[in-house]
Amino acid sequence: MAETAAEQEEVLTDLEIVTGAKEPKPKIGDVKAPELTGSIKVPKIQPGAAAGYKPYPAAPEYMEGMDFPTTLVDNWEKEAVNKLGELLKKYKSLQDYMDICVRCGSCTDKCQFFLGSKDPKNMPVARADLLRKVYKKYFTTEGKLLGKIAGAERFDLELLGEWFSYFHQCSQCRRCSVFCPYGIDTAEISMAAREIMDHIGVGQKYVNSIIIKLHEIGNNLGMNPKALKATLESTEEDIEEEDGVPVKLPVDQVGADILMVTPSADFFASPHVESLIGYAKVFHQAGISWTFSSTASEAGNFGMFIGNYSHMQRAASRIRKAIEEIRPKRLIVGECGHAWRIAYSFWNTLIGPLDQSLGLDPKYPRPQHICEFTLDLVKRGAIKLDKSANDEFVPTFHDSCNVARGSRMGDSPGGQFDIPRELIKASCNRYVDMEQETIMEKTFCCGGGGGLLTDEILDVRLQGAMPRMQAYQNIKDSHGANFFALICAICKAQFTKVFPKYGMPMIEVGGVHQLVGRAIELGAKE
Amino acid sequence: MSFDFEGKTYETDDDGYLINLDEWNEGVAGYIAEQEGVEMTEAHWEVVNFLRNYYQEYNIAPAIKILIKEMKKMFGPEKGNSAYLYDLYPAGPALQACKIAGLPKPTGCV
Repeated sequence: MAETAAEQEEVLTDLEIVTGAKEPKPKIGDVKAPELTGSIKVPKIQPGAAAGYKPYPAAPEYMEGMDFPTTLVDNWEKEAVNKLGELLKKYKSLQDYMDICVRCGSCTDKCQFFLGSKDPKNMPVARADLLRKVYKKYFTTEGKLLGKIAGAERFDLELLGEWFSYFHQCSQCRRCSVFCPYGIDTAEISMAAREIMDHIGVGQKYVNSIIIKLHEIGNNLGMNPKALKATLESTEEDIEEEDGVPVKLPVDQVGADILMVTPSADFFASPHVESLIGYAKVFHQAGISWTFSSTASEAGNFGMFIGNYSHMQRAASRIRKAIEEIRPKRLIVGECGHAWRIAYSFWNTLIGPLDQSLGLDPKYPRPQHICEFTLDLVKRGAIKLDKSANDEFVPTFHDSCNVARGSRMGDSPGGQFDIPRELIKASCNRYVDMEQETIMEKTFCCGGGGGLLTDEILDVRLQGAMPRMQAYQNIKDSHGANFFALICAICKAQFTKVFPKYGMPMIEVGGVHQLVGRAIELGAKE
Repeated sequence: MSFDFEGKTYETDDDGYLINLDEWNEGVAGYIAEQEGVEMTEAHWEVVNFLRNYYQEYNIAPAIKILIKEMKKMFGPEKGNSAYLYDLYPAGPALQACKIAGLPKPTGCV
């Protein structure tokens, strides 16, 4: 009998221990949202409360397809330290973030994942320390000599397991860095940690499998050109049936003035597609030739979430290829938060220069955000919006983290805050903002960004959404807010999932161009 | 992951979606539905069959709006709406009906 029992007892590999691969995951239906208490309070800490939340590890095929080792490598400690050394040399910022924290505590209560989970390891300083203690142990004299007294710790399996948990409870939203007097960017630290993990064979399934789909098929959804065209044609039918106007959704139109790059979720998911319809109506009514590209049918680029420059560049290279194929004068990006950060901040170095050498017109921003494009048309009177079409709504705007803190919009500081709000106000008679401490540069993350938008860590997503849901509940109570306007595909998917768990109607989640699309006056111009 | 049904082992992904589309048959669909707490009626099969046909042509599940529209065309307006589909598949027509139809789990920013 004893022998049978021993036979039945499964021996876990180190990789399975680190990633919790054999631990049962919660059933989506059973996962509950934290209770809203009326205000966003700093919770009493509960050590270890979130330690068990881990995403699915990437199976060998999702590691091989990324050119990462298919399992935890034998000499992983040495390999990890070498990789960290490489990153410290490559990114001076990372070296600084390791050295300059003075333990002031400013960041401790600023992360939505700490506020929602109560786990002190979700405080940004504690999260960064998971990497910092490895840095101290192997790269500083005091750490080598004094060990734990100097905050240094050997990189062992237990610590690697903590990395897999807590670096996947950071959405890389950078809210903490707004409050850090030294500007330490925890997103960059979490990207470095994930890059090191991939390098030693510990990957995350959701992100890696999607990057592979993007490389192989052309977008995060895995929608091939045939399916893309069929879906766009179907959407054209829907618009014509609804509005009686033949608004087109062109694809691969060589020589179109505008190349539109948008997250593939816009083609497929709800409410995303309502914004897609909004973009098409804006182009139609402005009378400008435009096109999507089946080569660049994805604005998103998850390479950033794992801190991997070469995958980020490979994904972005599709955009350059599409520009070369279509030869547009202008490049516009749809409603996608991290994509806008990458487009605005990184495209020029990844795939640029985006200039006349590619046929782009220097008169326009390259790239330009769809909100800036549309608002400009409204201001010039090139399109007209009938606000009364949205009279049933009291909208608010949720600033997406990567737009708010990772980029800008328009030609004046703070444009990324003002332009979407102005556009909503141009489309609706009513508007209300959430509490000042929760918006603009201090915006809370949706809880699903940075590669966390996967159901096995729905607990993490619900906890991370808590501060935002509290702020929204408060303006529902005080002002009757009933439309939650977004400019990010991840935010849209995340909130559609978490709203019902917080007892709020899913139908209140929508896009800024959904409001524009409802208000726009189609037909002959005066 | 995998499960056994009628003496055969079926490989699935981490969330229980069939890996090999060709292994699907109505029996195994019924079994997955049972695990999901869904009792398959003719109305449920209409959705599953549409999803499978669409997937065979396009290699991806249809957008939810297409599903709704095609259901409306085929079976009338009372079946071509979101509420009807959620009644059939409470965990969501995209996630739950795809699983029973033996299609991969839709992922991305959706």
